[in-house]
Amino acid sequence: MELFSSVMVALICVNLGYLAVTRLRSLARLTAVQGVLLSLAPLLFAAPGDHGHALFLSLGVLAIKGIGFPWLLARTLSRLEVNPVVEPYLGYNLSLLAGVSGLLFSLWLETRLPFPPGLFPPLLFPAALTSIFTGLTLVVARQKAVTQVIGYLAAENGIFLLGTPLSGQGSVWLELSVLLDVFVAVFVMGIALHHISKTFESIDVGRFCTLRD
Amino acid sequence: MHTLAHLLLALLLAPLVPGVINRVKARMAGRTGRPLLQTYYDLAKLLHKGSVISQTSGWVLGAGPAVSLAAILCALLLLPGAGTDAPVRFAGDFMLMAYLLGLSRLGLVLSALDTGSSFEGMGASREAAFSALAEPVLFLCFLSLSADTGSFSLSGMLGAGLAGAVDTQRLFLPVILFVLLLAENSRIPVDDPNTHLELTMIHEVMVLDHAGPDMAHIVYGASLKLWLFAALTVLSVLPARDMAAPAAWAAFVGGVFLVAVAVGVTESIMARLRMERVPRLLGGAGALAALSLVLMVWR
Repeated sequence: MELFSSVMVALICVNLGYLAVTRLRSLARLTAVQGVLLSLAPLLFAAPGDHGHALFLSLGVLAIKGIGFPWLLARTLSRLEVNPVVEPYLGYNLSLLAGVSGLLFSLWLETRLPFPPGLFPPLLFPAALTSIFTGLTLVVARQKAVTQVIGYLAAENGIFLLGTPLSGQGSVWLELSVLLDVFVAVFVMGIALHHISKTFESIDVGRFCTLRD
Repeated sequence: MHTLAHLLLALLLAPLVPGVINRVKARMAGRTGRPLLQTYYDLAKLLHKGSVISQTSGWVLGAGPAVSLAAILCALLLLPGAGTDAPVRFAGDFMLMAYLLGLSRLGLVLSALDTGSSFEGMGASREAAFSALAEPVLFLCFLSLSADTGSFSLSGMLGAGLAGAVDTQRLFLPVILFVLLLAENSRIPVDDPNTHLELTMIHEVMVLDHAGPDMAHIVYGASLKLWLFAALTVLSVLPARDMAAPAAWAAFVGGVFLVAVAVGVTESIMARLRMERVPRLLGGAGALAALSLVLMVWR
C-alpha cells in the first residue's frame, strides 16, 4: 500500500509539473512519465488470481501512453519547428495555484461523495480528479494547440485512473477501446496540427480569430 | 549533551561552511581555491579595520548589520541540536524564527537604503521582493513538519527523522528547505555571490558601502544564516532523537557540511536563473510544500 500511495503522490507531482514547465519538450516528457506511472496502476490493483489480465492491460498502457503518445508528440514537435516555449494565458504561478486548489477540491469532494466502501484506495480519487483538472487547465490556459492535445491526454489519464479499480470486473475491453479512441484522436490531432501550422505559420490558437470568409 | 552545545558549535563552525562551498566550487572548476579558513581570516581582518562612511548616511548604516546579526543569533537560540532541545522553546516558536529572519533582513535593507545609493536601493528592493516570496514557503514547511509530528515547537518538529520507511510527502521537505537555503542565502541559481556587476546583484549590492566591523557583522551573520538553514535541512530528515548522542552529533555536523558540498555542486553545475524566473522557482517550491502539507493533514 505504501508503494501505491507513493505512485499516487508521484502522479500528483507530475500533474503540478504539467502546470509549471515552460518547454513543450518537457511537457511531452512529462506525458511519458505519467504514462509509465499509470501503467503501474493496473498491476497494483490486480486481484490475486488475475495477474495475467492486469499484466496485459499494464503492458498496453505502457506501450500506448508511456511510449507511443510521447513519441508521437516529440515527433510532431520536431517536425513543426515551433517556438519551444509554452506560452501561457494564465501565468505559471497562478496555474500552479489552480492545480493545488484542484487537489484541495478533490480531497474535499472525496469526503462528500457516497462511494461504496473500499472502491477507491486512498489517494486514487484525488490523484485522478487532479489529473482531470490539470488537463482542463492546460486546455484553457495555454496558447498553443499542442499543449491542448497534452491537456486532453492528461484529462484522459485521470479518467483512466478512475476506471482502474473497476478493471477487475470485466471492463478491460472498455478501457482498451477508450485507449484506442484517444490514440486515434492524438493521431488525428497530429495531422490537424500540421495543417494549422501550415495555414497560420504558427500553432497559436489565438490566430484563429483572424479567419475571414 | 547541554542545550547550549549546538549554539556554541554554530558560533564556532559557521564560517567554515562558506569555506567548504568555495572549496567544492574551486575543485569542480579545476582550481586549488582559497583556504578553508578564509572566512575566519576575513573576519579577523575586518574587525581590525576602520570604515569610511558617506556623508549622506546616518546611524542606521551601522545599526543595520548589528541588528541583523543579533536577530540571527536569537533565531539560532530557537533551533534544536542533534537530539537536544533548543535553549529557548515554546509552542509557536517557528513563527518567531521566521520573523527573526525577517527582522535580520529588515536591518540590512534599512542599512542599504540609508547609504543613499540608488544601486543599494535596487538591491534592497530585490532582496525584499524575493524573501517575501520565500517566507510563505518556509511557513508551509514548518506547518507540514508540525502536522507530521503534532508539535508546534521547533524542538519537537525537528529531529524526528522520516516517519515510516518511505514517507513520500515528508521527502519533499528537505528538497524545499534546500531551495529556500539557496534563495535566502543568495546563492546560485537565485543570486550569484561572486558577481561584480551591480545591475545583476541582489544581496551583494546591498552591502557595497559597508566596511570594517560592520562588514564583519554582515559576513558572520551570513555564515550563521547559512548554518541555520543547513541545520534545518539536515534535522528535517535526520532521526537525531533516536540516535546515541555522539553518533547523532557526528551525523548532524557531517550533514551540515554535506549540505554545504551540495550547495557547492549546485553552484558549479547550474547557471543563475533570469531574475523573472526566480518567483517561478519559489512558486514551484511553494506548490510542493502545499502538496506536502495537504497530504500530511489528509492522512
